[in-house]
Amino acid sequence: MIPVIELHDLCKSYHTGEVEVQAVQGVSLEIRPEEFVAVMGASGSGKSTMMNVIGCLDRPTTGRYLFEGVDVGELSRDQLADLRNQRIGFVFQGFNLLSRTSALENTELPMLYSRPGLRMREQRNRAARALEQVGLADRAEHHPSQLSGGQQQRVAIARALVNQPRLLLADEPTGNLDTRTSIEIMGIFQELNRAGMTILMVTHELDIARYATRTVVMRDGRIVGDRPVTERLQAPVELRRLDQEHQAIQLAP
Amino acid sequence: MIILATLRIAVRALRRNAMRTLLTMLGIIIGVAAVIAVVSIGNGAKAQVEAQIATLGRNVILILSGNVTRGGFRMGFGSAGTLTKEDYEAIRREIPEVTGISPEVRTMAQIATGNQNNNVQVLGVGADYLEIRSWALADGINFSEQDVRNAAKVALIGKTTATTLFGDGQAVGQIIRIKNAPFTVVGLLAAKGMAMMGMDQDDIVLVPYTSAMKRLTGATTFRSFSAQAASPKLLSDVQNQITDLLRQRHRIAPGADDDFLVRTQEEISQMATETSKVMTVLLAVIAGVSLVVGGIGIMNIMLVSVTERTREIGVRLAVGARSRDILLQFLIEAVTLSLLGGIVGIAAGMVTPRVLTANLGWPTLVSADSIAIAFLFSAAIGVFFGFYPARKAAQLDPIEALRYE
Repeated sequence: MIPVIELHDLCKSYHTGEVEVQAVQGVSLEIRPEEFVAVMGASGSGKSTMMNVIGCLDRPTTGRYLFEGVDVGELSRDQLADLRNQRIGFVFQGFNLLSRTSALENTELPMLYSRPGLRMREQRNRAARALEQVGLADRAEHHPSQLSGGQQQRVAIARALVNQPRLLLADEPTGNLDTRTSIEIMGIFQELNRAGMTILMVTHELDIARYATRTVVMRDGRIVGDRPVTERLQAPVELRRLDQEHQAIQLAP
Repeated sequence: MIILATLRIAVRALRRNAMRTLLTMLGIIIGVAAVIAVVSIGNGAKAQVEAQIATLGRNVILILSGNVTRGGFRMGFGSAGTLTKEDYEAIRREIPEVTGISPEVRTMAQIATGNQNNNVQVLGVGADYLEIRSWALADGINFSEQDVRNAAKVALIGKTTATTLFGDGQAVGQIIRIKNAPFTVVGLLAAKGMAMMGMDQDDIVLVPYTSAMKRLTGATTFRSFSAQAASPKLLSDVQNQITDLLRQRHRIAPGADDDFLVRTQEEISQMATETSKVMTVLLAVIAGVSLVVGGIGIMNIMLVSVTERTREIGVRLAVGARSRDILLQFLIEAVTLSLLGGIVGIAAGMVTPRVLTANLGWPTLVSADSIAIAFLFSAAIGVFFGFYPARKAAQLDPIEALRYE
């Protein structure tokens, strides 16, 4: 089976003023279909830069990046845009929803740029289905400001899923969320993963990484650790445990 | 991406900042309204001049005699009296396309009847004159060729003169004294109104030119002829034929200047409308400048909008918008802004001339052309001034746009 992602000696450097920063220095990585990989590392370890390259938002300085066997380095700006549109879904730490736009319309956003275009009705239906998938069917007409952080992140996930991508990229998806909501989001990810979605998630929280099937650790632009998760957490179990703990200190009824 | 969806995004973005949108549009509104109003005023003035020229008659050719130079000063065309009765008869005889021709002898004379008198312009003309000038009779009849040959003492009087002399009474059949010679009024001329320079064309008495020369002026030559061509297409041809004939008759050597001047009605109306045209163009240019200023306003606000929405652009790029999609989105927003301004401006530009006409009595004429041009121009301004901000948005780097605070 062709790996979803194949990095060969990938380097990425950029200039901040006069200084050249070597953010990623020779990373080789292979991610197979239906894997759920957590990339860990301190800030400045180059994990975000690597994610941007993998997400086709940025190009590598040297080295090769094959997405589903296709060399991304040879694609034009428009072809990269189409790849992001059709094959990759993004979930950001800051949600990045359009304000004063309903959850449904936020979810429709990627379909606006699909080629060939979809009918309005079809867009509406698919967006509604995606929202249902993340459990927000009853919040479709709400604007981001009327939603909690967890709900906003679910809208962002619905948006990422709406074009049925091959790969879901999540950059610190639980960074702005409380424990319970974080576990709920991990539950959604685990379900998606079980259904066949390949997921690559950046996180600096050890607990969150344990919901994945494999962890990759980065330091100073290099991969220093890569192993499967042994004691994998299951979101429903963790949620139940959390509820019990909360009951014990009467946080929840 | 579907244009309709883009349009929806644009309208929503504009509505979000309703006040800002309105102020930005104001530049275009004022510009478009000014252009339409100014052009309509120009058109109104032009139409008025043309209507006055039309009172001259149809397909009229004026033939003026040459210059007299006195003490080094040229006295202008018509002062020399180089046109003779023989010239008149030759044109009449030899150029078949001339359907009518009449000499003109002008003089001011004291006219009296009963206890009324007035100083009025007396014009000695041929029997064709009324036909050439498309001048109708309100009452009575025209004098005949025979009256002309006999230098009969008959007269046609203008509306104003008739009112001065006879009040509301019957003019036809009355006797008037022109320089003490008794003339019978045979016809009353229909009112023609004000001429271009504000002269009253109806304060006039027409008599046969023979009578005028014999009894009133004693002149033997003419200062001008009015001729009529059979059709507008023949005007310049007839003009040339008359010129050739008169040069030949006056024995003017090749290369020497004419001692007369032949002008068609077309040329006269062109000269008259030239001034108002220059004025209109000048004002329209000034109004156009305000349109450009409005366009700069749009560019300014679009640049602000692009900066404000950098993050939104980043998100759109991240989910797969191509540069062209972003370009189109901001371009459509700019064009929507300028077109909305254009539409409101057109409405204002159509109302303004009515207000001017109602309150100041200025003649105005809103033309469909100026509306179409204003509309297209405002769209073009949207595209032109919207392009730079839109391109700036489209060329944003997705990562930098996403990180923008």
